[in-house]
Amino acid sequence: MSNKLTALLNWVDERFPLTATWKTHLSEYYAPKNFNFWYFFGSLALLVLVMQIVTGIFLTMNYKPDANLAFASVEYIMRDVSWGWLIRYLHSTGASMFFVVVYLHMFRGMLYGSYRKPRELLWILGMLIYLCLMAEAFFGYLLPWGQMSYWGAQVIINLFDAIPLIGPDLALWIRGDYSISDATLNRFFAYHVIAVPLVLLGLVAAHLIALHEVGSNNPDGIEINKHKDPKTGIPLDGIPFHPYYTVKDMVGVVVFLVVFSVIVFFIPEMGGYFLEQNNFIPADFLKTPEHIAPLWYFTPFYSILRANTFNFLWVPAKLWGVLFMGLAVNIFFFLPWLDRSPVKSIRYRGPIYKTALTLFAISFIVLGYLGTQPVNEIRTVIAQISTVIYFLFFILMPWYTKIDSTKPVPDRVK
Amino acid sequence: MTDNNQVNRGKRRFLIATTTAVGAVATVASAVPFVVSMMPSQRALAGGAPVEVDISKIEAGAKLDVEWQGKVVWIINRTKEMLDTLPTLRDRLVDPDSGVPQQPKYCKNLTRSIKPQYLIVVGICTHLGCSPTFRKEEGAADLGADWPGGFFCPCHGSRFDLAGKVFKGVPAPTNLVVPPHKYLSDSKILIGEDTKGA
Repeated sequence: MSNKLTALLNWVDERFPLTATWKTHLSEYYAPKNFNFWYFFGSLALLVLVMQIVTGIFLTMNYKPDANLAFASVEYIMRDVSWGWLIRYLHSTGASMFFVVVYLHMFRGMLYGSYRKPRELLWILGMLIYLCLMAEAFFGYLLPWGQMSYWGAQVIINLFDAIPLIGPDLALWIRGDYSISDATLNRFFAYHVIAVPLVLLGLVAAHLIALHEVGSNNPDGIEINKHKDPKTGIPLDGIPFHPYYTVKDMVGVVVFLVVFSVIVFFIPEMGGYFLEQNNFIPADFLKTPEHIAPLWYFTPFYSILRANTFNFLWVPAKLWGVLFMGLAVNIFFFLPWLDRSPVKSIRYRGPIYKTALTLFAISFIVLGYLGTQPVNEIRTVIAQISTVIYFLFFILMPWYTKIDSTKPVPDRVK
Repeated sequence: MTDNNQVNRGKRRFLIATTTAVGAVATVASAVPFVVSMMPSQRALAGGAPVEVDISKIEAGAKLDVEWQGKVVWIINRTKEMLDTLPTLRDRLVDPDSGVPQQPKYCKNLTRSIKPQYLIVVGICTHLGCSPTFRKEEGAADLGADWPGGFFCPCHGSRFDLAGKVFKGVPAPTNLVVPPHKYLSDSKILIGEDTKGA
């Protein structure tokens, strides 16, 4: 580096911890050397977040948050704005891919016990990000003002109606009108473009700070900080994030962008899973579409909502559905304390946990599939069985993880 | 303070506590306008005004859709055959006597209406707010041979009879809502307002 640049850097460093920040978070952040492909999804989530913010900013330049104009303004973006179709498809595909990446990122955490002590708070921050993401997706989906936007929001806001006493007034407050209207669209726009993204960015920053405080977990679930070089204090099994993992993550980014581009350019609607056919019809409050389904990333929870068909203990089925759906999402918060296994990683766990996690993953996918389908009696029964498996995975976890056999965990990363 | 090293901890704690408490009250108070601004505006409230409808043009057995408060209200001119199905369904209904106040008092009867002929209900499913479809044909192939005619919600399969009463074994918990309404004359009704004390 030339002398002048070094002098400039020194000038900045005396006023702002630029070099120190670079070191703490990149060049001297030591990550375990045994990361596998599951560790791509954190950095990919960050990439998609940036992509959503950038494409979102450009969409707001032509979108109109007005019940009379919204639908037409989206079509205007698609047809008349130069490259508008690309920006819009990047944003709509980005929304679905965000959830793909986040679900895989979460499943990675469950495979390798990344939520276990000392990473409980890291996990909780991640869960808060996930909740924000769900809110962001829900608010964003109303904006095109299509039939699915309208009726999907109608169904979700009516969930609040089920809350005893305050429910109807709460739903009125959320909508700002007696039904979903221009007022609702306008406020959802405000939530979607500023309120939730601000919270999301703050949480992502907190997630990274917490990660760099406790250090990354790894596929072996071994704490690399236990063995440090006595002279330098650097973990023996750690390598600097930059350049080792920045370069590795770039490979992940390239593969991801290939997949992403194929979707954007060839199958942006993904057969109705990323953009639903009914949403190409303007919202009509007089006519409910024949079949209402949320986008795929909400369908496991939607299935759980619909699977509750029994009135039980003076509580109507509708309220049970809402309660179980809420619990299904939020029960992940308690994972760090439900898991009592002496080991973290699936590599050293016994057959019981492996079976339980497999059953859970299957039930999640089955519920997700059923949520996209119309209800009938057989599907309802399958959804009810899957719901039971889903919850038993969590509820029985303190017992089966304790009695499960484990393999000895090596002291060092191989 | 005479002695600089002597800190009055009790006084300090009291000042911190009172400042925090007053600050908290001010914060909550200043949040009120923002929260209240999200309730329906004056314009939205005005949009919720009663609606006058001419019901004389509805053919026998037909349905008319009317907008009231941004919701769809159905007015159905029920035929005698349709009305005859109502008493036969008692055992299949969740709330045959309309015990849950989903209707004004003057509609807490078998037909859930002021005049038996005309049913006036909000066309929104009490489950999650979809709009059910009007399926008047008895024994429709997709709804089963014992289907007496009524309303079927395509979203989650809830079923209602021709008085908007919910059938057993479906996700909707209660009967359809009958809005407050009154007859201005034989052919005109006003939805959204009723005679006080009725």
